[in-house]
Amino acid sequence: MAKVSMTVNGKAASGEAEGRTLLSSFLREELGLTGTHVGCDTSQCGACVVHVDGKAVKACTMLAMEADGAEVSTIEGQANADGSLNVIQQAFQDHHGLQCGFCTPGMVMSAAALLKDNPKPSEAEIRHYLEGNLCRCTGYHNIVKAIMAASGQDVSSIAAE
Amino acid sequence: MPKDNGIGASPKRREDVRFLTGAGNYTDDINVHGQAHVHFLRADVAHATINSIDTSAAEAMPGVVKIFTGADFAEVGGIPCGWGVTDRHGNPQQEPRHPIIADGTIRHVGEIVAAVVADTLEQARDAAEAIELDLGDKPAVVDMAAALGDGSTKVHEDLTSNLCYDWVFGNDDDAAVQAAFDSAAHVTTLELVNNRLVANPMEPRVAIGEYSRGSDEYTLHTTSQNPHVIRLLMCAFVLGLPEHKVRVVAPDVGGGFGSKIFHYAEEAFCTHAAKACGRAVKWTSTRSEAFISDAHGRDHVTKIELALDADNNFTALRTNTLANMGAYLSTFSTSVPSYLHGTLMAGNYKTPIVQVNVKTVFTNTVPVDAYRGAGRPEATFQLERVIDKAARELGADPIALRRQNFITQFPYETPVALTYDTGDYVATMDKLEQVADVAGFAARRAESEAKGKLRGFGVNCYIEACGIAPSNIVGMLGARAGLYDAATVRVNATGTISVFVGAHSHGQGHETSFPQVVAEMIGIDESMVDIVHGDTGRVPFGMGTYGSRSIAVCGSAMVRATEKIIAKAKKIAAHLMEASDADIELKDGQFTVAGTDKSVAWGDVTLTAYVPHNYPLEELEPGLEETAFYDPANFTYPAGAYACEVEVDPDTGKVSIERFSAADDFGNIINPMIVDGQVHGGLGQGIGQALLENAAYDADGQLLSASFMDYAMPRADDVPFYQVDHSCQTPCTHNPLGVKGCGEAGAIGSPPAVVNAVVDALQSAGKDVTHIDMPLSPARVWAAMNG
Repeated sequence: MAKVSMTVNGKAASGEAEGRTLLSSFLREELGLTGTHVGCDTSQCGACVVHVDGKAVKACTMLAMEADGAEVSTIEGQANADGSLNVIQQAFQDHHGLQCGFCTPGMVMSAAALLKDNPKPSEAEIRHYLEGNLCRCTGYHNIVKAIMAASGQDVSSIAAE
Repeated sequence: MPKDNGIGASPKRREDVRFLTGAGNYTDDINVHGQAHVHFLRADVAHATINSIDTSAAEAMPGVVKIFTGADFAEVGGIPCGWGVTDRHGNPQQEPRHPIIADGTIRHVGEIVAAVVADTLEQARDAAEAIELDLGDKPAVVDMAAALGDGSTKVHEDLTSNLCYDWVFGNDDDAAVQAAFDSAAHVTTLELVNNRLVANPMEPRVAIGEYSRGSDEYTLHTTSQNPHVIRLLMCAFVLGLPEHKVRVVAPDVGGGFGSKIFHYAEEAFCTHAAKACGRAVKWTSTRSEAFISDAHGRDHVTKIELALDADNNFTALRTNTLANMGAYLSTFSTSVPSYLHGTLMAGNYKTPIVQVNVKTVFTNTVPVDAYRGAGRPEATFQLERVIDKAARELGADPIALRRQNFITQFPYETPVALTYDTGDYVATMDKLEQVADVAGFAARRAESEAKGKLRGFGVNCYIEACGIAPSNIVGMLGARAGLYDAATVRVNATGTISVFVGAHSHGQGHETSFPQVVAEMIGIDESMVDIVHGDTGRVPFGMGTYGSRSIAVCGSAMVRATEKIIAKAKKIAAHLMEASDADIELKDGQFTVAGTDKSVAWGDVTLTAYVPHNYPLEELEPGLEETAFYDPANFTYPAGAYACEVEVDPDTGKVSIERFSAADDFGNIINPMIVDGQVHGGLGQGIGQALLENAAYDADGQLLSASFMDYAMPRADDVPFYQVDHSCQTPCTHNPLGVKGCGEAGAIGSPPAVVNAVVDALQSAGKDVTHIDMPLSPARVWAAMNG
């Protein structure tokens, strides 16, 4: 066991980790940040996406020790300072972009990374970008719509809410 | 102007805020003080005798608390099957013991062989590697036809064969059915496979067992769609515990799709082990474990025959299916290919003769049970495929052939034991033709062809039976449970309301939609109403959520309980206003005496109920809390018509879904936004089945597609935006809300439309392709085109 320290959602955080401890386990078990979810063991589902030094990373695919000293942001740190939902979170609620909520943290974190690099992505660009995020509930319709809406695009012509 | 409150409104979902901010409370988010962790050593072969298990080295490993093997569970019951099907000869289904831990024989890859409880999960995993197994390999039985052949190895030595049951339903006079086929002007025959699927909710299963020595009480936290059912099955059939000493909690659950209905060995294990180890025991499934331990779905092999007269009227339908049960009978496994499948074989059509034969088969594979739709997708797929094939053989328009044979008079008694109470299949087909822009297809096909692509259009209808009931009838058919539901409405002194519901929400948005109903009935704001679900310690009783039953069955119980509340509240209001309770009206949260200006507010009445100073105590108890159990008089029958347009790349066989349109009749609708979302999700899964997903076993019983790297889940770029319409509404005639259920429609109605569309695309290029088995991977489509 070794001590691992990082900045998580703007605050200093540290805990104990074995060499084999994944960043996802460290966040969930050591820091109690259970919003980061683990839905697979092959880096396919994307429920565990967080940002490490500004880049979207699957937290199940990084060792906690590799993130020593890094700036990490998770779903728990996404809301506005006053606690209200940020633009992406609000768009997901407005457009019913989530059902069971399990994939949602990863979807929101991936969407944030996409919009940072591509502020007005097309439908096709969004669908392609989400290849590493699985959702079993929504058929993706309202997730794609929510991300388009969060980027300021008019989604009123897209069929059905 | 759309409503913003009550029935028919689409308020934003209140559960979303916690899910969007990482504040959900899923089972794996829960850690109990002092908990130990269990790692299950699972079989890596499909069929073997366990000669010996040596755990001595493992027991000496760091952190190990206790190691369990089959011998530790020899004295408890097996996992029960909740439905006993009687075969065509009047005999009961063959029903093997389903042990918590393999008891001498391994019967599928993934079966639990030993369980290591240790201080940490890593220690448990490390110790499991030190367990020495001496196995005697046996040949695996994987193929269903081979399993029924003479001399096949038996999955269960103590059964007479690998046949679970041979069941006939509908017209059981073979000669009469054959006569109908002999006299037909045309017979269309189709052999097909309904591919085996894995439900794969994004949250893997989790169980945490706790035991309190002081109170002799157990608590199980589990990822379940129906915690009361789990408590009943586990207490009464497996562990022999008194039900009132066991609390089962299913907190936020990350999707289920059927796979979290069933009682699983891991739940019973963690509950039992908590007492045996003297500390809480937690298990979290990995995705790899989920693939080989969650019940699978579908896996039917079918031959269907449709007879038509010279005017293209359907005159008879006969279908023969082999349905895979896997190695053991999961909770509702035997009901799926029988009563949830055979009863739907009439579809939307007035075919006078329908005969259904199903043989269910044991194999050395993971148990198979309900997956979104459960039997109804299997019925719909074969029926809507054979109709499409018939239309092509006869040169008839597929839509016109369906319209000609629609049931148009209701109520309608089918030859397969259902009574459809209401519906309008012409209206949904009309709506579909409009939503799908059938008229514009020719132009779109020309555009695709100009790009070198083939374009196809496929249509199908569906009907499903939801809210399975009534209990006395399903009991006669073999159900070993009632299928009612319950709700308790607790009004607080200040007028806010908690509704304790037996349904469980794991994505369906009940926390938003259920309060809409109560708020509408009383005329108060939705924010004054919350539901409580998923905890046997708080909710009086419930049968849970599956089969699109929640609002139709549990919602009806909630309506009945609310009606009782209103009746009592009117008596209190009448007392306060010195009037007769027959003259009291309730509107917008105000009680008034009809024809006067006297009124009291909802809050005045609720406060009076709890502070009964001015109160008719001789006639009325204080307080305001009511419970209702609701047992439906019939199933509900959502129905609709779906259309799919595909492009096929003739060089690669790759299929892309260009348009998908759905016209559904769900009866009355509580929250249109949520209903749309349910349909979208079902379509995603149905398209996944049609194009991508396949749980493939090799001949040795190894699951080849046992991870997300091998099992092709639908991704965002595999599907389009969907056109969804539910403006056709024929309200259910026998429940108080007139609702039908919407959770499974998308998954039931979409696979045949996709396959019909691909066949249409290939035939447009002159290819003589009449069927391709799902999933329609590029390899299969290319082979069909070039075969």
